[in-house]
Amino acid sequence: MGLLSDPNRRRALINLLTRLNAPICAVCYIAGVAWFMGLAFEPFTLRTYMSENAMGSTMVEERFPAGERALATGREFAAHKKRAGGMPVDWLVKTMQSRGLEVFTQKFSRTLPFPDENKERYMVKGTNVYGILRAPRAPRTEALVLTAPCSPGDDNNQAVGLLLGLAQYFRNQIYWAKDIIFLVNEHDLIGMQAWLEGYHHTNTTGIDWSPLQGRGGSIQAALSLELSSDIITSLDLVLEGLNGQLPNLDLANLFYAFCQKIGVTCTIQGKLQRNDWDSVSGYSHAVQTMMLMVMKQASGRPWGDHGLFLRYHIEAATIKGINSFRQYKTDVTTVGRLLEGMYRKLNNLLERLHQSYFFYLMPSLSHFVSIGYYMPAFGLLAVILLLRALDLWVQLATPPVRTEDGIADLEQVTHSPPTIKLIPKETIPEVLSVLTPLVISHLTGAALYFFPIQFQATAVEHFPVSESEAVVLTAIAIYTAGLALPHNTHRYILTPDWRVLKLIAVLYMAVLLGCTALINFSLGFILALTLVPMAAFITPHRPKVLSAFIMVILSPACTLLFLVFFFQDLQEIPVSFEDGWMLFLSVISQGILDHSLYGSLVYPLIALMVYPCWLLFWNILFWK
Amino acid sequence: MAAPLTVVLIVAVTVRACLFRSSLADLIAERVEVVSPLNAWKRVVEGLALLDLGVSPYSGDVFHETPLIIYLFHFLVDYAEITFMVSSLSSHIVLYCLLLSLIVTSCCLFVDRYLLNPFTVLSCVAKSTCGLNNAIVALFILSTIKKNALLSAIFLALSTYQSIYPVTLCAPAVLYLLQRQYIPVNVRWASFWWFLLQYAFMYLGSLFVIICLSFFLLGSWDYLPSVYGFILSVPDLTPNIGLFWYFFAEMFEHFRLFFLCVFQINVFFYTIPLSIKLKEHPVFLIFMQLAVISIFKSYPTVGDIALYMSFLPVWSHLHRFLRNIFLVSCVLLACSALFPVLWHLWIYSGSANSNFYYAITLLFNVAQILLVSDYFYAFLRREHHLTYGLYLKRKDGSEATLVLK
Repeated sequence: MGLLSDPNRRRALINLLTRLNAPICAVCYIAGVAWFMGLAFEPFTLRTYMSENAMGSTMVEERFPAGERALATGREFAAHKKRAGGMPVDWLVKTMQSRGLEVFTQKFSRTLPFPDENKERYMVKGTNVYGILRAPRAPRTEALVLTAPCSPGDDNNQAVGLLLGLAQYFRNQIYWAKDIIFLVNEHDLIGMQAWLEGYHHTNTTGIDWSPLQGRGGSIQAALSLELSSDIITSLDLVLEGLNGQLPNLDLANLFYAFCQKIGVTCTIQGKLQRNDWDSVSGYSHAVQTMMLMVMKQASGRPWGDHGLFLRYHIEAATIKGINSFRQYKTDVTTVGRLLEGMYRKLNNLLERLHQSYFFYLMPSLSHFVSIGYYMPAFGLLAVILLLRALDLWVQLATPPVRTEDGIADLEQVTHSPPTIKLIPKETIPEVLSVLTPLVISHLTGAALYFFPIQFQATAVEHFPVSESEAVVLTAIAIYTAGLALPHNTHRYILTPDWRVLKLIAVLYMAVLLGCTALINFSLGFILALTLVPMAAFITPHRPKVLSAFIMVILSPACTLLFLVFFFQDLQEIPVSFEDGWMLFLSVISQGILDHSLYGSLVYPLIALMVYPCWLLFWNILFWK
Repeated sequence: MAAPLTVVLIVAVTVRACLFRSSLADLIAERVEVVSPLNAWKRVVEGLALLDLGVSPYSGDVFHETPLIIYLFHFLVDYAEITFMVSSLSSHIVLYCLLLSLIVTSCCLFVDRYLLNPFTVLSCVAKSTCGLNNAIVALFILSTIKKNALLSAIFLALSTYQSIYPVTLCAPAVLYLLQRQYIPVNVRWASFWWFLLQYAFMYLGSLFVIICLSFFLLGSWDYLPSVYGFILSVPDLTPNIGLFWYFFAEMFEHFRLFFLCVFQINVFFYTIPLSIKLKEHPVFLIFMQLAVISIFKSYPTVGDIALYMSFLPVWSHLHRFLRNIFLVSCVLLACSALFPVLWHLWIYSGSANSNFYYAITLLFNVAQILLVSDYFYAFLRREHHLTYGLYLKRKDGSEATLVLK
């Protein structure tokens, strides 16, 4: 408190902070980026370890024998799927019943706001089939879920086969203390959404579904299985869920522990683990893995069917079988044993998974970075905004009436013309007049949020484009039109000082990014990385054309465009500029769809908050 | 002067009416920052339903409002939205009159602080009965300032009856009234004792009448433990923006009584040193007391904060002596945004836990305390300068600075 009350020390500190503001900001930015890059360096990360006692020390034996039979079932399923031209509901019901499960079906339908061109669907109708294996050992208050999607084409037949094989095998075991629900969902995430909403009796997204006839206990954990070949070379773990939510780290630990025990090659983000962390290529490999995770998390979309479970407090992950040119081959029996082991451990749980971390990044499957380690990287970026705000505050209060000790100011006031004395009072009308740009930029944001879907019909009528193109192009048009705003808002602004607006904009951005980073660190960090330097150094006195160019480059839409290329690069599928542009358009339409289908928050966040905030700075640049 | 007031009233009514009609109203009414177990509208409705069924509304553990409020809403339940709007408008007008009588050079732009304060809007839209309490307290302050001892005592009794804590406001009220009647605060003066006796008689008399009235309305004393016992013993540990819930959720049961006393004493204890220090400035004392109550009370909501914040423009002449106003306003702003975010992370996504939310609660309260102590410091500082002049010199003639240690 000495610092807050001693006027001399305060003045010294404030002088230091205002005089060295720009260098301190630059240092903070570099330090933030360096800290973030350092997170992938193995000595700075922690090894994963099992925190949950119930899953740690208990021994289980895996005896699942029937991989071949599972594959045969998978082939049978494929044949029926082809014959039915979709989900073979009757066959699945019969098969599950013959394996001794209580079988139920759920019908659902959903009309998308506009046709999804990636998956070629508009009016979706489907059926989920699920069978419940009742726990013989305990009152049926808890449940585990195993799901496999029924995908179009030849995908995932093996997954359904293995699911049915495991159901048959599990049925004959007596140690189950939790209900196990085997779910085959149609239309991937839409079916999953319908089933979860039906199970929990909620309806948040306006999907039509028939109520579930049978239920197990409250779901503790879920795994989603994707297998498309008889033999796999490695298993990939997908963790990123809706809005960047992650399951408890113990679930990842469990998967890793069993892969080690059974001897299956396992990957995360499709990247194998390497041991040469001290070499440059080893480090860059870890950085790439972590960057992939950061970008997937920032996108806010569910990257597997597990993604929707997370919002119901259910820890879930997707396990993907990958068949590539590596030499280690694993058959389905081994995958079945791995799943058996995982379910037996989950069966031992006494309470929900909560011991381990929920906020983490993984540079490799065996190492993780927890929230305490990665938050400083964001904090260093956010502190730049606060320093700028402090600097502006001091400037605005010159003569420094409020921030400094009372005496020094009064002397200055008495020697200067009487108008200056009124400055603190004039700031109030200034604050009011700043409302104009605030309101206008937020209205633009609201237009960006509402108009693309509202006016798709009109757009399709007047221009030769398809619906989804219309939506995306409308969004881009509104986004670009927003850039013309400063010329219109100026007439209404009475305030002589742009610094008031900048002070408000900087504080607004700091709060906005801080809240975003808490919910979805990756999104907050990526936005901060581009928006913070822009926000810190924009003033009306910079060269207009150059600054405008830099601002556009650093705007959220351009950031997204770069990320599309960067993401493709990291996945080792580089694209040409045209393909990248098409991908960019489809990413926008996916973002809008994710919002209306599953309630992803990234699109409304960008449209209603981040973009208006960016527009405020655009206003400042063109201040007259 | 009337024109800006009318504009503010129209804007405020429009905002509230829009929010009442929108889907946000239900969301806001569920927020723990806005409603507490004491003043949630949902609980009032429950109490009304019980009353209609002929059951005592206090028989369960849901309803904790006072009998007068429930009988008020017994008649007004269909017009609840209008009632809350009127109560928040009336407290605004009262505060407006108050500010006019306090500020010599009136600054009309400041007075929209109460009505357009987002905290007040939220509290009103959530139909938290906190708005009614605020109106009563505002009326009490106005009648005190207008030197009406009887009305002042009656409104003080009413607000005490509503939520106990305002009882500490009797000290500034008495000091103010004494000051206006030119009676010195001196134990040897008979007129001092005579006035004190008069005020105490009026206060206790009206409190007695109100309590008996509630008894006759309800026909039982059920409400005493259910309202005042509930406020003082804090059995409901639903998270809120106060300091109680986390401590008492974590604490071993056998320490509970001790710490309950320690926590509750905070609200009442500061009255003594503050009234001794500020006995010449009872209006400032009222402000300090309101702030202390809203920080340390057992079930605080944002409505309580809005009440004392609406007094800040009265002290605009202290602004040049404030030291941490930038820091404090940044922290308050950030905390207000972080409350819902951390609540979401804790309750909905389950990835954070109560520590996250409590950390923000703590920070929010620290910021409030800093704000209040900053104003207190500025006030004392101004007093110092009034006595010793603006330009302080050391004995050797050089310029001196004041240091708080």
